[in-house]
Amino acid sequence: MLPVLFSAMEFVLVQTLNGISYGLLLFMLSSGLTLVFSLMGVLNFAHASFYMLGAYFAYQVSAKFGFWPALVVAPLLVGAVGMLVERWGLRTVHKYGHVAELLFTFGLAYLIEEAVHLIWGRLAVEYRVPAELDGPLFHIMGSQYPIYRGFMMLVSVTMLVSIWLALTRTRIGLVIQAALTHPQTVEALGHNVPRVFMLVFGGGAALAGLAGVIGGNAFVTEPGMAAAVGPIIFVIVVVGGMGSLAGAFVASLLIGCLQTFAVSLDWSLGGITVSQAAPVLPYLLMVLLLIFRPKGLMGTREG
Amino acid sequence: MRYQPLNLGRRVLWSATALLFLAAPQVFSASFALTLMTQMGTMIIFALSYNMLLGQGGMLSFGHAVYSGLGAYLSVHALNLAGQGAFPLPLPLLPLVGGLAGLAFGVLFGYVTTRRAGTTFALISLGVGEMVFAGVLMFPGFFGGEAGISTNRVVGQPFLGISFGPAIQVYYLVAVWCFVCMAAMFALTQTPLGRMANAVRDNPERAEFVGYNTQHVRFLQLALSAFFAGVSGALSCINFEIVSAENVSAIRSGGVLLATYIGGVPFFFGPIVGAVVFIFFVVALSGFTKAWLLYLGLFFLLMVLYAPGGIASIILMQIPVIRARRFGELVLPYALAAGAALVALAGLIGIVEMVYRLSEQGANTVLAVLGLSFDARTTPPWLAFGAVLVAGLAALRHAARFVSARWDTIQQSLQARAA
Repeated sequence: MLPVLFSAMEFVLVQTLNGISYGLLLFMLSSGLTLVFSLMGVLNFAHASFYMLGAYFAYQVSAKFGFWPALVVAPLLVGAVGMLVERWGLRTVHKYGHVAELLFTFGLAYLIEEAVHLIWGRLAVEYRVPAELDGPLFHIMGSQYPIYRGFMMLVSVTMLVSIWLALTRTRIGLVIQAALTHPQTVEALGHNVPRVFMLVFGGGAALAGLAGVIGGNAFVTEPGMAAAVGPIIFVIVVVGGMGSLAGAFVASLLIGCLQTFAVSLDWSLGGITVSQAAPVLPYLLMVLLLIFRPKGLMGTREG
Repeated sequence: MRYQPLNLGRRVLWSATALLFLAAPQVFSASFALTLMTQMGTMIIFALSYNMLLGQGGMLSFGHAVYSGLGAYLSVHALNLAGQGAFPLPLPLLPLVGGLAGLAFGVLFGYVTTRRAGTTFALISLGVGEMVFAGVLMFPGFFGGEAGISTNRVVGQPFLGISFGPAIQVYYLVAVWCFVCMAAMFALTQTPLGRMANAVRDNPERAEFVGYNTQHVRFLQLALSAFFAGVSGALSCINFEIVSAENVSAIRSGGVLLATYIGGVPFFFGPIVGAVVFIFFVVALSGFTKAWLLYLGLFFLLMVLYAPGGIASIILMQIPVIRARRFGELVLPYALAAGAALVALAGLIGIVEMVYRLSEQGANTVLAVLGLSFDARTTPPWLAFGAVLVAGLAALRHAARFVSARWDTIQQSLQARAA
């Protein structure tokens, strides 16, 4: 009896840790998406493509200079790409309304995926975890927990805390917060709101890029990675409530844990194991939530 | 308010379309052209049904392939059962099976998706699309997994010598359904529901105050659109004789969005133009280059940036100018702009193809253009194509200014005359 209980506890513990590290990665993606959405009203369909670009840039940079420079350079490069996209693309279509903006980013996602196909080929590239982070961090009841998972959590948490400090404690953060609700007033006070938009869009892209740098080698760096993670982060944004950062946080952890647990369970329900049903679960959660609570977990507005 | 029901121009237009459908295989009789046209007919129905959402109802959907794909799955099963002799089913009525299946799933999923509008609707439709795609792979017994389910469209005895085996007979089957669906969807835009869908798209708040439930209007519009999507799914099942998970995938959903938008969302005939262009891109261009999706995506982005009304709006904008007999003044600037665009395109194609040759392992890096052959691993061709691209873009910029200057003078004088 006791060994069974121990192995169950071990399973729950390890999977929870994995789920949280995956959930934090998802939150790095969904927080950028949510910030851009609430500031500019633009749902950036290409957000997951920036994640993919981050992984590929990191692969390219780390092949030449090693992982640590890539950890800094790749997100900055992705952020620069994001700023260019905002300045020369989104600002042009802004006059046609939100649907046009969404369509623009949709086309962009298409284009980025094809460009990745062209430049890096259709197969996965060899983007590996660096040797110094490869290995077990600690042992829990016989099974080991990889260092890299811990490193991922560390990077995500550091990043998110610094973003939160930057948003609440710095001047530019306060301007951004003010521009969320009162763009005209902020503009009248002499701040360059379009430049704030550009910075925020670039920042969101850089955040996605950073997620790509640390997610690309933990999972796999291939041209399909954007299409695989994209729908999940949109589900998170809907489940958490459009434009709610706290909601996105809760939903990210929820879906991160849900997916991690589901893929490793083999309970059978009507001939289908839970792990087989895992890909459907986030979407099912979204549909159920929409039926019973249309504005999402922590959403404030309906419509 | 109705304006001139079935006026002369409209009659001429519809008769010309019918004639075109009838005569097209006589003019383009090659088997390649026939396949192309059959696919175009299917795509026209699909794109028009998509525009019932995006154009007429203001609903941007990222999961429309769900309805055509599930319609195709149910038709393939119906066809296989009919082939085994379980029940008699004339092939020409199979699209009705697909349509009803599409309608049923439209009612089921539409109940959830149409609860919200705008951006949230777009996200939910994406989620439902992903859910169905994952679900299809989950039940390989019914959906056949990645490989899909194949079928044979020749069932029962030939009727009046028509067995639907030869491609030409399939073409005419698709053409008839395409014409009927076009007419039906056009008629729908004239009904009170079609008008209310426009109202809900433009100003949901006022539509609510007039006494309509906007959610209900969106729901009805989506269910009907899913019916036509199902019809197109069944037709593609007849044409290809196979239905796989790809039929419900996000790739299909994205494809119909691209086709519709490129054609022109604000106009009824826009998606028809878009479907023809899209199938041309997919079938014809994919034979020439592996980078065709890149070109398609770039074309789409340019449309979003510079011609949000699609090809249809570009065509319609010329009509008042032609009526005023002033199109001649625009011929020169248009020709210059087209020339500059072609130069820029040549530079771009050169660079893209060289990138592709370099990244693909084992591909031949030596390319030949106009009798000149060069190696993509050397620098000169990169410099040459880069220079061509930059020169083309610079020329295009000047030509665009020329076009808009001429255009503005013509518009001003037209307005002055109207006033």
